[in-house]
Amino acid sequence: MVEPGPFDVAVIGGGVIGLSCAWRLAETARSVVLLASDQFPPATSAAAGMLAPVAEAHFGEERLARLNSLAALRWPAFAAEIEAASGRDVGYLRSGSLMVALDPSDRRQLDVVHAFQRELGLESFELGPSACRAKEPLLTPGMNGGLDLPGDHQVDNRLLLEALWTAVARAGVNVVHGEAGPLVNDQGVVTGVHLASGRILPANVVVMAAGAASGRMAADAAAPPVRPVKGLTIRLTAPSGAPRMQRIVRGLVHGRSCYLVPRQDGSVVLGATVEEKGFDLAVQFGPVHDLMEDARRLLPTLGEYTLDDIAVGLRPGTPDNGPIVGWSPVPGLLWATGHYRNGILLAPVTADEVVSLLDHHPGDQAGGDPDRSPFADFRPDRFVARRS
Amino acid sequence: MDDARGSSEHDVLDRVSDPEDTDALVIAGTTLSSRLIMGTGGMASPESLRQALEASGTSLATVAVRRIDPTMRHSLIDILDELSISVLPNTAGCYTAAEALLTARLAREAFETNWVKLEVIADDQTLLPDSLELLSAAEALVADGFTVLPYCSDDPTVARRLAQAGCAAVMPLGSPIGSGQGILNPHNIALIAAESPVPVILDAGIGTASDAARALELGCSAVLVASAVTRARHPGRMAMAMRHAVEAGRLAYRAGRIPRRDQAEASSAFDGLVTT
Repeated sequence: MVEPGPFDVAVIGGGVIGLSCAWRLAETARSVVLLASDQFPPATSAAAGMLAPVAEAHFGEERLARLNSLAALRWPAFAAEIEAASGRDVGYLRSGSLMVALDPSDRRQLDVVHAFQRELGLESFELGPSACRAKEPLLTPGMNGGLDLPGDHQVDNRLLLEALWTAVARAGVNVVHGEAGPLVNDQGVVTGVHLASGRILPANVVVMAAGAASGRMAADAAAPPVRPVKGLTIRLTAPSGAPRMQRIVRGLVHGRSCYLVPRQDGSVVLGATVEEKGFDLAVQFGPVHDLMEDARRLLPTLGEYTLDDIAVGLRPGTPDNGPIVGWSPVPGLLWATGHYRNGILLAPVTADEVVSLLDHHPGDQAGGDPDRSPFADFRPDRFVARRS
Repeated sequence: MDDARGSSEHDVLDRVSDPEDTDALVIAGTTLSSRLIMGTGGMASPESLRQALEASGTSLATVAVRRIDPTMRHSLIDILDELSISVLPNTAGCYTAAEALLTARLAREAFETNWVKLEVIADDQTLLPDSLELLSAAEALVADGFTVLPYCSDDPTVARRLAQAGCAAVMPLGSPIGSGQGILNPHNIALIAAESPVPVILDAGIGTASDAARALELGCSAVLVASAVTRARHPGRMAMAMRHAVEAGRLAYRAGRIPRRDQAEASSAFDGLVTT
């Protein structure tokens, strides 16, 4: 089959990052082809859709926390734009979150977390048990207080995916469903993608946004240092007449972590495991049991909810848990991957950044100007230097 | 004394130690360059794990065979290789001797080592060792040619039985795993260390550097540290603190502490200073 001349851009990846990039690039009047795998569900569909720059701030990851905070500010406009472009609701809710401690040891852990959040200048307020239960009445009376995090919100990850697919189609993106083969390498320059079917998608620039699979879709210098980190989420629904959750709750339960994200329709997403098991999508009994047990200890009423679905995804993990967005060491190849636990939160700013990179330095590494982008700390060269 | 002020710590150490005496830790005929063994579970990112391992100066780190994929790139095993740190597979997550045997044999295949840190836990609330399953697994693994380092309770009788069974070291707990409560029964740990024919490695419960120093002062040969580093605000700093603590504790143990007295005793005596 003869393909038309090269596309301006080929985007590999049918998750929130690939779709957001393809949609934004198509809106800039570029010709875009999107390659989405049929075999691997994107991690986006197993996510909970929390937009949590505060609760996701971890020790040693202060720079990532800054990027996440910036990304959260971009969300209200992005949600409006994608809803306008698609005509669909994405369930963006400025609901705020609670972070709660079950036992006194968990409370001491939470105190440390709180001090760290304040040190970073993030909004975090201590609440006693009664104040927590006023905000989320389903919490067990035996809990030991928590933190009010008014800056952590949510979007419905599955509605978002549907809206992005619609927007991508409306923007004129060419969509190819299939498995990517090796990149087309023309004397050290990436000029397209081979498909497993034997076809070639020629493109002036390839954007690698294949999440956990990014690391194995290319070889050597073209492969970003991304590994799969399995996570599973459980979907529950309140039966009619049962009390519904009011708030996003992130719990510390006897030293383990879990989160519960209530949707407007009465369902709740419970997550998530973090498992270093390679490309493995198996659902093990133990981790599911642990999540359910922890959730029920925190909110006993959840035992009455129906169990709808267990979803598994592979997060794209990087050595420092930060994303990798920028020109790869191979000309013609841009990396927009490695978003680990924050893919949905970072999708709007990542798509903006990819458009900006293509506008200013088409097809090549950045020049000598100081890098003032929000992604300055998250460029590929922070890993490439070590490898060589 | 003037030249001592300008000399390095190592010069001073040369003068206070016997040059023939290297004080190396030897386990099953293998010399380890550090008395600090690091756990690798629960670290926030591969990069912070790398920094902590480097700062710790360790030469041996445990890896949970059942919780990781040994072939995975850009992660734990790559980092250990790069830093030339030997892998000590553990049987974390095993509740019976039979499971532990299976896991140890898988580890031997995957990591090409016959060393194993044997863990058989009683339940997932306390994570305390099941001494009976542990002893039976240790006997079977020793018979199968493994170098066995069992994680055990701080019961001197259990430690003795494990050593008699042919274990290469014993690893009594200071307090429950991840609790950071330090050494709750120092008397038992000292008893185990005093009579053990094999190295005693304090495992579990270390919360901060002074706990690690104390283990060495009590006569342990080494300590294993995991949560105290991985969950610290600055894992690299805490790993460095543990490294110094272990060195300090060992030196103090070999220096010989003074006996405790009930009353003050001036460090310079006044009696008899002026004699005729």
